[in-house]
Amino acid sequence: MSTIEISGLHKSFGALEVLRGIDLSVEAGEVVCVIGPSGSGKSTLLRCVNLLEEPTSGTIRVAGTEVTDPDCDIDAVRRGIGMVFQQFNLFGHLTVRENVTIAQRRVLRRSRAEAERVATANLSRVGLLDKAGAYPAQLSGGQQQRVAIARALAMDPQLMLFDEPTSALDPELVGEVLAVMRGLAAEGMTMLVVTHEMAFAREVAHRVVFMDGGVVVEQGPPAEVFGSPREERTRTFLHRVLEPARVSENEIGVQRKE
Amino acid sequence: MSMSPRRRRQVFRVAGYVLFAAVLVAVAAAADWGRLSEAFFRLDVARSMFPDAITVALRNTIVYTLLAFVFGLTLGLVLALMRLSSILPYRWFATAYIELFRGLPALLVLFMVGYGVPLAFPDREIPGGVYGSVTVGLGLTAAAYMAETIRAGIQAVPKGQLEAARTLGMSHPRAMVSIILPQAFRIVIPPLTNEIILLTKDTSLVYVLGVTSTTIELTKFAGDSLNTRVNPTPLVVAGLLYLVITLPLSQLVRGLERRARKER
Repeated sequence: MSTIEISGLHKSFGALEVLRGIDLSVEAGEVVCVIGPSGSGKSTLLRCVNLLEEPTSGTIRVAGTEVTDPDCDIDAVRRGIGMVFQQFNLFGHLTVRENVTIAQRRVLRRSRAEAERVATANLSRVGLLDKAGAYPAQLSGGQQQRVAIARALAMDPQLMLFDEPTSALDPELVGEVLAVMRGLAAEGMTMLVVTHEMAFAREVAHRVVFMDGGVVVEQGPPAEVFGSPREERTRTFLHRVLEPARVSENEIGVQRKE
Repeated sequence: MSMSPRRRRQVFRVAGYVLFAAVLVAVAAAADWGRLSEAFFRLDVARSMFPDAITVALRNTIVYTLLAFVFGLTLGLVLALMRLSSILPYRWFATAYIELFRGLPALLVLFMVGYGVPLAFPDREIPGGVYGSVTVGLGLTAAAYMAETIRAGIQAVPKGQLEAARTLGMSHPRAMVSIILPQAFRIVIPPLTNEIILLTKDTSLVYVLGVTSTTIELTKFAGDSLNTRVNPTPLVVAGLLYLVITLPLSQLVRGLERRARKER
């Protein structure tokens, strides 16, 4: 049984069809990176997995439970799925420690002592135990994102979703977040990661999925997708992302004045 | 003759000060100071109002304000949540309520609660006497304004906060209580404080309910004193006592807004 099984997934926002038939599965312990241009539907795909977006049609199973079933207890399924957002979304009125304990207490009904113990372990895990008493606004973006990861891990998820976790960060803060994610991958966490960090995808992912126009264009081991992409669209995308300084005026249709 | 732009700005600025000072001096010279102080600043008249002005009138003004505020805040929160509910009739009701009570004069609502309802149901009584009638009569109107304020506060909390809470397995009501409302209330403290200031002044309408010597508030108290002493000094005293309540509150709002700006 795969951890995530997606079949025939369609999602429209009004007249705009963002996902046009996605079939994708993620095995337990696998790290899958989804890459592709803006507007290709990567984030929407990720947000359908825990039903932050309601699919228009298709089925999604997470650890055997069909989340698209109207009778599914989605709150129960979400407890097992950690999610990390581009904008961190830490709770601004709570300290770092409270951010990590509140769902443990209110959702998992853990005792205060137990929740504190788990929070301490996970804040140490992301190297921020010394910031436990701080408020999110007092932290850098990279630190906030590491707290967000600790907050998700505190629920003991069997799967982690990352929605462009480093896209809102200053360049020098990207590394600290990727380091934590790499550590998680090495520990065998199942991860579905939407990212623009090609180096991370190449080094850490077991499989890379390239999406464009609401469909999966191609997927495979990073060495294949990056080394010898089969599809023209993949080649164009990788060229522009990996060698942005070498994009020529010709290919973008610049017309010079006489 | 040509002036540099800088020079011209200086001239205009100095002219502004001079003009203002001139008007001030002219008014002060024209005023009949003897008559003014005889009318508005009679110390013996002012002294005769105390201690009742504080122990009864000011106290009741504050009590009426707080009662109406708590009632209005509670009802306003319920209305705000109804307004944002996914249940259509709730939204209809809240919208209709808000539009209705924002469109009616507070005095009319007070009359309705104080006289209209007792006439319709002579065998029933709003508990608490005048205090009960004031709570409901002013609170109903205040609730409409506060509902809109609270709704705006809830909507000002970034959408990601709710998503993060739901992602952690919280139900929608749980996420509202633990995550959204605490942040929304932080956002609406300044406008809600303004609402208290407005309510403080609206308590001056309470006299229409026929208050007694124990339930009297500042405006009626000053009006009575004006009648007995045939001198307007009591109005000045009452005005100063209102400012004792409202000035610290508006200072508080300013401070809170300054702090909120810094945190952004």
